[in-house]
Amino acid sequence: MKFETAAGENPIDRQQVVGKGVDRIDGPLKTTGTATYAYEWHEPVANVAYGHVIGSAIAKGRITSIDLTLARRAPGVLTVVTADNAGPLGKGERNNATLLGGPDIEHYHQAVALVVAESFEQARAAAELVRITYERVPGSFDLAAAKDTAKNPGKITGGEADTAVGDFASAFADAPLQLDAIYTTPDQSHAMMEPHASIAAWEGNRLTLWTSNQMIEWGKQDLAKTLNIPAENVRLISPYIGGGFGGKLFLRADALLTALAARAIGRPVKTALPRALMINNTTHRAATIQRIRIGADRDGKIVAIGHENWSGDLNGDSPESGVRYSRPLYAGANRMSATRLASIDLPEANAMRAPSDMPGSMTVEVAMDEMAEKLGMDPVEFRIINDTQVLPEQPERSYSQRQLNECLIQGAQRFGWNRRAATPATRREGVWLIGLGVAGGFRDSPVTTSAARVRLDGNGMVTVETDMTDIGTGSYTIIAQTAAEMMGVPLEQVEVRLGDSSFPVSTGSGGQWGANSSTSGVYAACVKLRRSVAQKLGFDAQQAVFENGEVHQSGRRIALREAAADGDIVEEDTIEFGDLDDRYKLSTFASHFVEVAVHSATAEVRIRRMLAVCAAGRILNPKTARSQVIGAMTMGAGAALMEELAVDTRYGFFVNHDLATYEVPVHADIPHQEVVFLDETDPLSSPMKAKGVGELGICGVSAAVANAIYNATGVRVRDYPITLDKLLGGMPQAV
Amino acid sequence: MKSFTYERAETPVEAAASAARSPGARFIAGGTNLLDLMKLEIETPMHLIDVNGLKLDKIEATPDGGLRIGALVSNTDLAADARVRQDYGVLSRALLAGASGQLRNKASTAGNLLQRTRCPYFYDTNQPCNKRMPGSGCGALEGFSRQLAVVGVSDACIATHPSDMAVAMRALDATVETVRPDGETRRIPIADFHRLPGDTPHIESALMPGELITAVTLPKPIGGTHIYHKVRDRASYAFALVSVAAIVQPDGTGRVALGGVAHKPWRVESAEAQLPDGARAVSERLLADARPTHHNEFKLTLVQRTLAAVLAQARG
Repeated sequence: MKFETAAGENPIDRQQVVGKGVDRIDGPLKTTGTATYAYEWHEPVANVAYGHVIGSAIAKGRITSIDLTLARRAPGVLTVVTADNAGPLGKGERNNATLLGGPDIEHYHQAVALVVAESFEQARAAAELVRITYERVPGSFDLAAAKDTAKNPGKITGGEADTAVGDFASAFADAPLQLDAIYTTPDQSHAMMEPHASIAAWEGNRLTLWTSNQMIEWGKQDLAKTLNIPAENVRLISPYIGGGFGGKLFLRADALLTALAARAIGRPVKTALPRALMINNTTHRAATIQRIRIGADRDGKIVAIGHENWSGDLNGDSPESGVRYSRPLYAGANRMSATRLASIDLPEANAMRAPSDMPGSMTVEVAMDEMAEKLGMDPVEFRIINDTQVLPEQPERSYSQRQLNECLIQGAQRFGWNRRAATPATRREGVWLIGLGVAGGFRDSPVTTSAARVRLDGNGMVTVETDMTDIGTGSYTIIAQTAAEMMGVPLEQVEVRLGDSSFPVSTGSGGQWGANSSTSGVYAACVKLRRSVAQKLGFDAQQAVFENGEVHQSGRRIALREAAADGDIVEEDTIEFGDLDDRYKLSTFASHFVEVAVHSATAEVRIRRMLAVCAAGRILNPKTARSQVIGAMTMGAGAALMEELAVDTRYGFFVNHDLATYEVPVHADIPHQEVVFLDETDPLSSPMKAKGVGELGICGVSAAVANAIYNATGVRVRDYPITLDKLLGGMPQAV
Repeated sequence: MKSFTYERAETPVEAAASAARSPGARFIAGGTNLLDLMKLEIETPMHLIDVNGLKLDKIEATPDGGLRIGALVSNTDLAADARVRQDYGVLSRALLAGASGQLRNKASTAGNLLQRTRCPYFYDTNQPCNKRMPGSGCGALEGFSRQLAVVGVSDACIATHPSDMAVAMRALDATVETVRPDGETRRIPIADFHRLPGDTPHIESALMPGELITAVTLPKPIGGTHIYHKVRDRASYAFALVSVAAIVQPDGTGRVALGGVAHKPWRVESAEAQLPDGARAVSERLLADARPTHHNEFKLTLVQRTLAAVLAQARG
């Protein structure tokens, strides 16, 4: 199915199943511990051996020797895979550093060996007997120091690395009110619960890999390419994923090394990446340095906005650039942006929940707060009057829907924004300083090709198969709701099978494109199935109504299952999107409101209340969507208050590489969260008229926390995370 | 993890004697710290002596009106004990500020005293650490040291002792009771139990080889207002940046011990004389010889401000 014009009325609009906040259909499996995560396929894979990954002890240099003698002699050891014995390997499209290092070392904890033994304990013990000597060479590990060497990367996601509209320099210089500030955001880790893990089994030259991967097709293609085998010989299975946040978008070392080991010993092998290796071995969100300049006239209209962003990546590969957030969001006739990228020898950076827009929202929404204060204007009002319904750089292109102002207005009312003290550091309850903060939130909602297969059987069961993944987001449930709505059956009559490369290729989970695109693929397949059913039962496919397990038209009713009485009906289709996404801008919007209390003596920050108001098209399932948003708000609170990968700039690694030292919020940090979805459908987005919320939910949260802290204390911190040491100097005198 | 042998000891003396016979043996109780360290091969004992059967899990009154806490009393049970809550509130509060409910259920009193630093360079076996591998250097001193010690440090080590419980026990003048392999018992004042790093940061306590903690005793209650204020980067389940254990009497005198600033619970008795003069005076004495790094010098301010908050709270 091609989606090229605005969606008209269709069966989804009935919203008998879609749009209902039903429980996750995979919930019972997960709450009873019976969902099979990557490391847990105990029954289908017998006689498994265990792998343990060894990570490089240096960040940059060479291995000068590896002595495997002792390890090979250790009890239970079956093989040790290294670059020396792995044979020639290709390289996937999407990983930057090679996944099996040696002799050259590109980053700390780059995998250099996999020790395989009869038991996990034997593999781990033998790994300590592998003797590796290194020659360390100096590297560049400090973004601030490398900033001046950063280069123009040419293109970035969303356009050119440098953009200019009007005359920024003059307009900024002439503006009666100006803000010129530098902000920084740190390296961050996905820190999901389930570590990267894989089980590999070969049958002849065919490989089956049970793994934890958000993008099945990317993983399959890159694994085949790295192993130098045809892609059709690789099957990936990943139906349950214990969190990803972008950290599992790609083929990683656990998958490759496990496949190599299983081939070497002619026996299945399983490997989980140890927690202590996850942060330096895999990907992370890169740190940024951002300079934001805003010029406004006295009535609060932005006349000039400039945004420059510096980040670093291994081999100067790809930038993390906050300019993506500011370029389309707020009005202003004169604009500039610039993105610069340094080559850094830290582990490779890549996507993490709302790449670029997250660090962009962390800074731009603070700059907006600062500018509002200079204007003596309420920050909600300042955002409202700088709204735009078209792209500021491209006024002929409008947003398909943009209800940012409605989000701000509703949020302000619900949150009691009028209780905010306009003057910072003036509201106090006992030892606590109280502050309220607001931020806008914005994230694009891309659409991508997605296929699905649907089957109707003689019992009236509808089975959906697609290689779409559920990374904890609720994909199973919204896909079941879509099929149930389309075929007019209750949810219990739908079975959903996901995360298997033998199923039709879907959009996958990333970039908040998954929900809308994958359900649209299911919609397309169901349209075909409805046609076949109608034909079989002698109805007009356009006129027939599918509901209550029946098909009816003009008073004639036949049970749906009758269509499959003499054999299952199977249909497959792909949703392909035309150029609506180019003609219009498909985006999602939010407002975030936060109340904090800051201890007047110790500067400990405690969030008291959080509210998000989201405008994101049709909400397919308010319950799973809410889960996405409150999770994102939690992650945004972490980014505001505590999350930072500490860089040892001498040795070139992230020092706090476990969950004890890379702190993320605990329950006590997040007392009260409220989420409101505006009633909205977007006919330009897809036949589902839906969008994504999983990344929208994080954009703006951290800035709202930062702005609330400023409102509470009068201390403006421009370097995340806002830990108490950065506030202490500006706190009231302690007695 | 290296392979190890394992035995269950029946009596304290037997456990101590067995440890003396097996160099590098470790006692194991809750295992909340030791097992993690073994998995990472930071600790590589060849032999484990399980002390969970030693019946040291009672909290009893002592003849002089104090309390004797068996070495195996869990952190949960100790925090919940009515006598502790009534007379030694600072200890109960310190325990509940530490770890998580699940860990406190497993963690023992003696094990809590003997837990090892969470310095990230100690935890990464690729990095130099004089505590983990004597003579290899200190990765933290010029590395990432935000969490680490500011006072009592040496050129060899700036690690902190991570316990909350021990800080409260220091304020309470607790005594550690032990038994040696030859059956001799001794009583070690908590002030002397933990050591400063000096040139030998791998030696962390006054225990001799094989010596086993059997109990911790608390002197009779001293009254006063008991406060434990732990400051950290998140609201729960994190080690202290700074913590203050305080017992303040109605006349403004009292006791103060600090956590998160040194290789041991930090208390300077002479500083306490200045409590009536306020937090600044006390802090200056407490931290007189501080040698912070660029990353953790904020702790000096934080100690003073946290102490100020504690004293204000004590005044009501």
